[in-house]
Parts: sequence; structure tokens; C-alpha cells
Amino acid sequence: MDGTTTALVSAVFVASLVEFVEAFTIVLAMGVTRGWRSAIAGTVAALIALTAFTAVLGVAISTWLSESLLQLTIGTLLLIFGLQWLRKACLRASGLKALHDEDEEFAEQTQAAREADRTTYAGIDLFGFMVSFKGVFLEGVEVVFIVVTFGLSADALGMAIAGAVVAGIIVIALGVALRKPLSRIPENTLKYGVGVMLASFGTYWAVEGVGWFRDGEESLHWPGGKVALIVLIAAWFAVTRLVIAGLSRPRTSAPTEAAA
Amino acid sequence: MKLLKAFGLFWYDFIIGDDWKIAAYVVAALVVVAVLAVNDVLSDGATVIIGTVLMMVCFALGVRYDARRTRP
Repeated sequence: MDGTTTALVSAVFVASLVEFVEAFTIVLAMGVTRGWRSAIAGTVAALIALTAFTAVLGVAISTWLSESLLQLTIGTLLLIFGLQWLRKACLRASGLKALHDEDEEFAEQTQAAREADRTTYAGIDLFGFMVSFKGVFLEGVEVVFIVVTFGLSADALGMAIAGAVVAGIIVIALGVALRKPLSRIPENTLKYGVGVMLASFGTYWAVEGVGWFRDGEESLHWPGGKVALIVLIAAWFAVTRLVIAGLSRPRTSAPTEAAA
Repeated sequence: MKLLKAFGLFWYDFIIGDDWKIAAYVVAALVVVAVLAVNDVLSDGATVIIGTVLMMVCFALGVRYDARRTRP
């Protein structure tokens, strides 16, 4: 496994871990308040929908797009996702946005679940089912996008899937063992790291893929080839540190975890 | 129609997210790179560096703008 693949698998693993933790919090909240039967049914239904979505997405982008158009499409999506994560990380690190807190999220979800009316169908509480389905599907779609795009672009789909599956197994195992939100996982820091990786790979592929507009659709070439990825990772990290330093001011509260 | 609107909103929210400026400047920077590349104005190396720097500058300015609006 070369350096690029290692970085890719690490990014997929961490991104999946963060998304699975968020999905787990929602399912846990539904399970303890609305019953495990509906929470698990919603989760299983979402996993089936995600499997179908993954198959369609994977076949569609690997069949219909040329190499440079694939790089441009995937790179642009990753870059937009990455910069959204980095923007939030910069605002959180400089105290302008609250840190994401799974305990708080769990409390909000359980409160909403307790207040909702109970409507059942075939013994399944529809509120618990729908909230679990939506939570797992929405978080899962992001994982699917990252796995499919990273995997296809680096020609290492198997490794990317393995990274996501391992992350899922770890979250489920920890969740079943602890039976509470996984708030001790340093989610904000991990999101910052993933944001840097997504932005770096996204920049690399999106700019490379712009060659699709040229005669012959030949991709643009980065100086130094894949070594440029290391420079991009360092550069995006440096840019975000400069932004955070420029925005920082004394915090009014002491967060347990800094987004850095 | 309602379903179609919900479908569209889901993808808008998923791809564009809560800050449309990011998608806007990413596309704008890529258009600049495309213009430079198609017209063969500079070497590939110089073109990709200009595109990357442009994105980084836009990101920094975008976050700075958001921070100014967020501060009380």
C-alpha cells in the first residue's frame, strides 16, 4: 500500500467514524425512547437503501464518465465537502461556533422523541423508524460519497470500503459496549483532519480534471505528480491555521476539546 | 411535485450545504483554471498553482466574512 492509498484509507476511515458516531447517537436516542424494534428496523431499511444507492452511484460514475471528467466531478464534490468541514472547524476553533457535542445532540433527540405522538404500523413505532432511517441514510450518503469517490479516483475501492467497514464495526462495538453516546471520540478534531484531507484530494483531482475542457480531454499535470498531494495537505493545514489565528479571540466558555 | 421539490432540496442541502459561497467560489476558481488551460496561457504547473492559490484565498476571505457577520 503506497503513501497515497494509506492517506486515502485513513481519510475514509476517520470520515466514516465521525459520520457513524453521529448516526449512532440518533439511533440510540430512538432506541431508548421509542423502542429498539423501530430503531433497528429504521437502521436496517436505511442500510438497504444505501446499498442500492452505492451500487447505482458506483456504476454510474465509473461507466459514464471519462477519466478527466471523473476527476473533475469527484474533485469538485470533495473540495466543496472538505471546505464546508474546514469552514466549520475554523469557526469552532476560534470560538465563533459551538463545538459539536454528542451528549447535547442525544439530549435534544431524546427530548423530541418523548414529546412526539405514538403511531404504530405492524408493531413498529413510525416516529422511531423514520428518525432512525433518516439519520442513518443521511450520514451514510456522505460516507458512500467519500468511499466511492476516493476509491474510484485512486483505483482502490476495496481499500476504501474496508476503511469504512472497520470504522462502522468499531462504532457499533463501542456503542453496544457503552450504551451511551460516543462523546469521548474527539469528533471536532477528527472533522478538522478530514476536512484538510478532503480539501487536499479535492483540489488535486478537481484542478487535474479541468483538462477535460481541452482538446483530447487530457488531465492537467501537477508539478511533482502525487507528491503535490503532500504539499496540498500542508498548504491547506497552514491556510486554516492562519485563518484561525486571524479570527481567534478569548473564549467565553472553556470547551473540552479544541478543534485543532 | 412536492416529492420532486423535496428531492431537489435534499441534494441542494447535501452538496451546497449551509454556505453557498463555497460552491460558488470553487466553481469560479475552476472556471479560471479552465480558461487558462484551454487557451494554453501558462504551463500546466503554473495553471494548477494559480487555481489552488485562488481557492485558498477565496476560502480565507469567505471564512473571514462569515466571522465578521457572526461576531456580536
